[in-house]
Amino acid sequence: MKPKYLPLTATIVIFVLSYALCAAQYPNILSTRVIGNLLTDNAFLGIAAVGMTFVILSGGIDLSIGSVIAFTGVFLAVVLENTGIHPLAAFAMVLLIATLFGALMGAIIHYLEMPAFIVTLAGMFLARGMAFVLSIDSIAIKHPFYGTMKGLYYKLPGGGRITLIGGLMLLVFAIGIVIAHRTRFGTDVYALGGGSATAKLMGVPVGRTTIMIYALSGLLAGLSGIVFSLYTSAGYSLAAVGVELDAITAVVIGGTLLTGGSGFVAGTFIGILIQGLIQTYITFDGSLSSWWTKILIGLLLFVFILMQKGIVYVSRSERRHA
Amino acid sequence: MQTIGDNLLSATRIDKIFPGAKALDKVDFHLRRGEVHALLGENGAGKSTLVKCLTGAYRRDGGTILLDGVEVDPRDTFNAQKLGIGTVYQEVNLLPNLTVAENLFLGRQPRRLGFVDVAAMNRQARALLENYELDLDVTRTLDSYSVAIQQVVAIARAVDLSGKVLILDEPTASLDAHEVEMLFRIVRRLKARGLGIVFITHFLEQVYEISDRITVLRNGQLVGTRDTATLERRDLISMMIGRELAAEIRAAREEPDVTGPVRYRFKDYGRKGHISPFDLDVRAGEVVGIAGLLGSGRTETAEILFGAHRADSGAAEVDGKTVQLSSPRRAIAQRFGFCPEDRKTDGIVGDLSVRENIVLALQARRGWTRPISRTEQNRLADHYIRALDIRTADREKPIRLLSGGNQQKAILARWLATEPEFLILDEPTRGIDVGAHAEIVRLIEGLREKGMSLLVISSEIEELVAYSTRILVLRDRQHVAALEGNRITADQIIEAIASANERGAA
Repeated sequence: MKPKYLPLTATIVIFVLSYALCAAQYPNILSTRVIGNLLTDNAFLGIAAVGMTFVILSGGIDLSIGSVIAFTGVFLAVVLENTGIHPLAAFAMVLLIATLFGALMGAIIHYLEMPAFIVTLAGMFLARGMAFVLSIDSIAIKHPFYGTMKGLYYKLPGGGRITLIGGLMLLVFAIGIVIAHRTRFGTDVYALGGGSATAKLMGVPVGRTTIMIYALSGLLAGLSGIVFSLYTSAGYSLAAVGVELDAITAVVIGGTLLTGGSGFVAGTFIGILIQGLIQTYITFDGSLSSWWTKILIGLLLFVFILMQKGIVYVSRSERRHA
Repeated sequence: MQTIGDNLLSATRIDKIFPGAKALDKVDFHLRRGEVHALLGENGAGKSTLVKCLTGAYRRDGGTILLDGVEVDPRDTFNAQKLGIGTVYQEVNLLPNLTVAENLFLGRQPRRLGFVDVAAMNRQARALLENYELDLDVTRTLDSYSVAIQQVVAIARAVDLSGKVLILDEPTASLDAHEVEMLFRIVRRLKARGLGIVFITHFLEQVYEISDRITVLRNGQLVGTRDTATLERRDLISMMIGRELAAEIRAAREEPDVTGPVRYRFKDYGRKGHISPFDLDVRAGEVVGIAGLLGSGRTETAEILFGAHRADSGAAEVDGKTVQLSSPRRAIAQRFGFCPEDRKTDGIVGDLSVRENIVLALQARRGWTRPISRTEQNRLADHYIRALDIRTADREKPIRLLSGGNQQKAILARWLATEPEFLILDEPTRGIDVGAHAEIVRLIEGLREKGMSLLVISSEIEELVAYSTRILVLRDRQHVAALEGNRITADQIIEAIASANERGAA
C-alpha cells in the first residue's frame, strides 16, 4: 500500500474496531437513529473541521473558528430579534462577513509574513470580542423559519433521521473532497503544505492560495455557526469555546499531518465520527464521567502522533531500498 | 569569438556587485545549441552567481543576455522558465508530498469541465517520462522515489516547461555511479534534441565524460573557455585554483623542524559514504594541510576527526591512549577545537555579542552548572580582541555587524579560549579580505610555533604551501597522497589532485 494511505487506513480500522466493540456491548448503537443523531450532533463541528483540514494541509492553523461560530450565532440572534430581515438574508450577510474575515487573516499571514498561529489567535479574540459587543446575553431565536428548517429531515429505514444540518455536513464533506482532489486549488493547497518556497518556484500563486484557504475556513466557520444556531436555537457569545481544538483533533485523528502536505478530507470525516462515537458510548454507558471523552481523545491523539512519526520513518526507509 | 548565429545563449560582460564585493566582473558565457557546457570553479568563484543572473534569481548589474539572438531580461526564475531557460538544482526543487504526475503538471493540470482530469494527467505524465527511460507509477508521491529519479522528474518538468536551455546545478552530487550513468544518458539524449545544457559540478571525471566545452571562473572573473577534448586535466586544475604565487612564498620561509612526538594517531579512520578509511598522524607543533577540490572529502575528514559525524571504522589515539570521539563534546574533552567552513550557519551566533561568541565553547565545555563569571568573560574577550586584533567598537557589539575577517577571528578566539591542543580549521580564510587573510596565516604560524597541532583545510593552494609542514591530498573522498618537506609545492599538489589513475593506498 502507498504510505500516504496508511494514516487514513489506520483511522478507518480504528473506527470500525471501536464501532464493533461498542456494538458488541450495546447492539442498539447500530440503529439508524443513533447514526442519524451522531451526524446531527456533530454537524457544526464537522463543517468547521473541513475548513480546518484545508488550513492544516497547507501547513497553517486557524484558531479563530470557535469564536467565529459564536459571533455568527450572536449576529443571527440579534439581527433576527431586532429587525425584519429574513433568516436566509441574514445567513448570506453573516457568511460574507465570515469569509471576508478569513480572507483578511489570510492576507495578513501572507503579506506581512506572520505565523498563522498568531494571526488567527488575534482573530480568535477579535471575533469573540465582537460577539460580546453585539450582546452579552444568551438570546433565543424564535423565528418561525428556524422551526421549519429544524423540521426538515430525510427518514432512514429503522426510524433514523438525516436532519437538514446532518445532511448539510455530508454535503460539505463531499464538496470538500472534490475541491481537495479535483481542482488546481486543491493541489496548490497540498503544494503549500509541501513547502511554500518550492511551491512558489514552481509557479503556485502562493498569496492568492493562502487568502483563499483562510477565506474558505472562514466561510465554513460561518456556515458552522449557522448550523450551530439552528442546533441550539440560540446565540450566545460564550458558546463554542474550544471548537477549533476539537476540529484540529478531528483533522489529526483523521490522518492529516500537522506539518501539512499530507492527508485527506475524508479522514477528517472519520475523525469526527470517532469523536462522536466515544461520546455516544459514554452516553449509553451512563455511569462514566463525560471527562472520559477527553481522556480517550487525548490518548487517541498521542497514538496518531506516534503513528505519523512511524510512517515518516517507514516511507524514508522504503525509499532507501527503492 | 563566435558569431551570434551558433550561440543559443550569449551572456556578455555580466557584472554583479554585492555589498563590499564584486561577485562577477565582466564575465562572458556562450552556450551553443546541442552542447553540454561545463561551468567550473571553486567555491565563491561566481558559478552560482552567474547561473542566478541567467535564471533571473538575481538581477545583474551590467551586461546583456541574448537568447536565440534576442535580448532577454529574466525577472525571476519563473519568467526565465517561460523564456526557455530551465534549472534543476542539487536539492530537488519539487514537492515531495505530491504525486509524480502532480509535480510534472502543477499549475497546468489538464482539466475537464473545470475539474482536474486526473486520468488524463497521469496518462500524459507517463508519456512524458517514457522519453526519459522511466517507467514509474506516477500516482505515487515523489518522496517514494530515490533522489536520482526525483532529479530526472525535475529535469523532465524543466525541459517540458522551458525547452531551450537546461541548467544542471550539481545534479550528481548525491548520486551513485549507476545513477550518474542514467542521468548522463538522459543528458546526451536532450543534447541530441538540440538543447543547450549548462553543467555545474565539481567532479572532474564527469566533466570529461559528458561535456563538450568548459568555462572556468575564478574570483568572479572569466579565466577562459576551452574545448574539453584538448584541455589537459592539470591545465584545467591550474585554471581553477591558480598557483602563480606559491613558489615564492614557500622559498621565503625557512623549513620548520617538526620532530615532536606523535600526539594524535588515527588508524583506518573512516565513515561509509563520507570518507574512505585513512591513516593520519599529527605531531605537536605541526600544521597538516588538507588539499583537494570541493567535494573531495576535506570537510568530511574534519567532521569525522571532531566527532561531528561518528566514524564507523578504525580507532583514534591521543598520546598513545585509545579514545572514543563519538561526539563533538568528547572531542572537546580531548582538547580538540574545530572552526567550521561556513561561519554564517555553523559558526557565529549573529545576534550574540562578540564577548558571548568568544566564551561560547569554553562555557560549553565547563557545563552550565559552572558559569564563567562576567569579569572572567570580559577578560577573555578583551584579551582575544587585542591578541587577534579583532576590529570591533567594543566587546558587546553583535557579531553579525562585524566584517567577515573579524568574525572569523572571533570564532578562532572562541576555540583558542578553550586552550585546544589540536585545532581543526576548515577554510579559515574564505570570504575575507586580503589583509585579514595574511593575519590569519600569521596566526596559524604562531600557534604552530607554540607547539599546537593544527589541521587546516583550504582551497587556496598557495596558502597551504605557505604554512603546512605536511599536506594530504584528497580526491573522491579518499586520501590519495601525502607531501612533505620540499615536495610541498603547488605543482606537486596539482599533480596529485589531477592524476586520475594513482588511487592511493586504499
